[in-house]
Amino acid sequence: MALNQEFVGRSFPPSPVYQVGREKIREFATAIGDSNPVFHDPAAAVALGYSDIIAPPTFAIIVSLKAVTGVAHDPELGLDYSRVVHGDQRFVYTRPICAGDELVVTATIESARTVAGNDMLSARADVATTAGEHVVTTYSTIVARAAEEAGA
Amino acid sequence: MIPAFADIEVGYELPAQDFPITRADLVRYCGASGDFNVIHWNERVATSVGLPNVIAHGMFTMAEAVRVVTDWLGDPGALLDYGCRFTRPVVVPDDDKGATVTVNAKVTEKRDDNTVLITISASCDDATVLGKAQAIVRLP
Repeated sequence: MALNQEFVGRSFPPSPVYQVGREKIREFATAIGDSNPVFHDPAAAVALGYSDIIAPPTFAIIVSLKAVTGVAHDPELGLDYSRVVHGDQRFVYTRPICAGDELVVTATIESARTVAGNDMLSARADVATTAGEHVVTTYSTIVARAAEEAGA
Repeated sequence: MIPAFADIEVGYELPAQDFPITRADLVRYCGASGDFNVIHWNERVATSVGLPNVIAHGMFTMAEAVRVVTDWLGDPGALLDYGCRFTRPVVVPDDDKGATVTVNAKVTEKRDDNTVLITISASCDDATVLGKAQAIVRLP
């Protein structure tokens, strides 16, 4: 199934504000088994110059993927979400996400193509504070696997 | 203490680590990340879509792999750029041992602006699970 090319280059309205909570960061760090004090202990984070605990590098996916999957579920795009796997992921940081941040995400579809029957959607999500300070940009490709290539 | 740029040469190997991943870890990651895709916790559904068994979230493996870099740095804020491809799923059996992802990383390029390129390799059962996994960090 070909993806709707009208989506390419489209930017979506900024997401609702994501308030970064200290306990959410700790929960995420614990879930990945990371005991680095800078993710748990405000004093350790302050000693490194941060205002509060910071989030592990991949925490940004919580904020950004919500915006990207919202687009991917749009029926007009033509992506079979039941067959979706994550193809690739990149983060480009200006600074770590920090407890207390109020973040807004702007998602843009960069490409939509079909390779060997697999539909591939690449999206960029710019994550900034409500004050306009850039924090991180994420680049994600999700792939809807062709039905006959299950298990690849 | 973040390692000093002047002390690091191309070919420097960061301390490698093994990361065990059990079904319980995947359930915990579902909750923490909000990614409840059924293939990460339900064997019936995973096998029905052609997977060998329940697989780990690619983002979970990506989160573990970069710990080799951030543990070495001390201050994760020195990480400027991190990316990878998800080339092969990490299959997590329903037992107490689970799967183990082994992560190695080494400095493959020194740049003029006090940054270094780190190339990361992650494998499970001797098969590579991440492709083109690279991090850029700034050293003092």
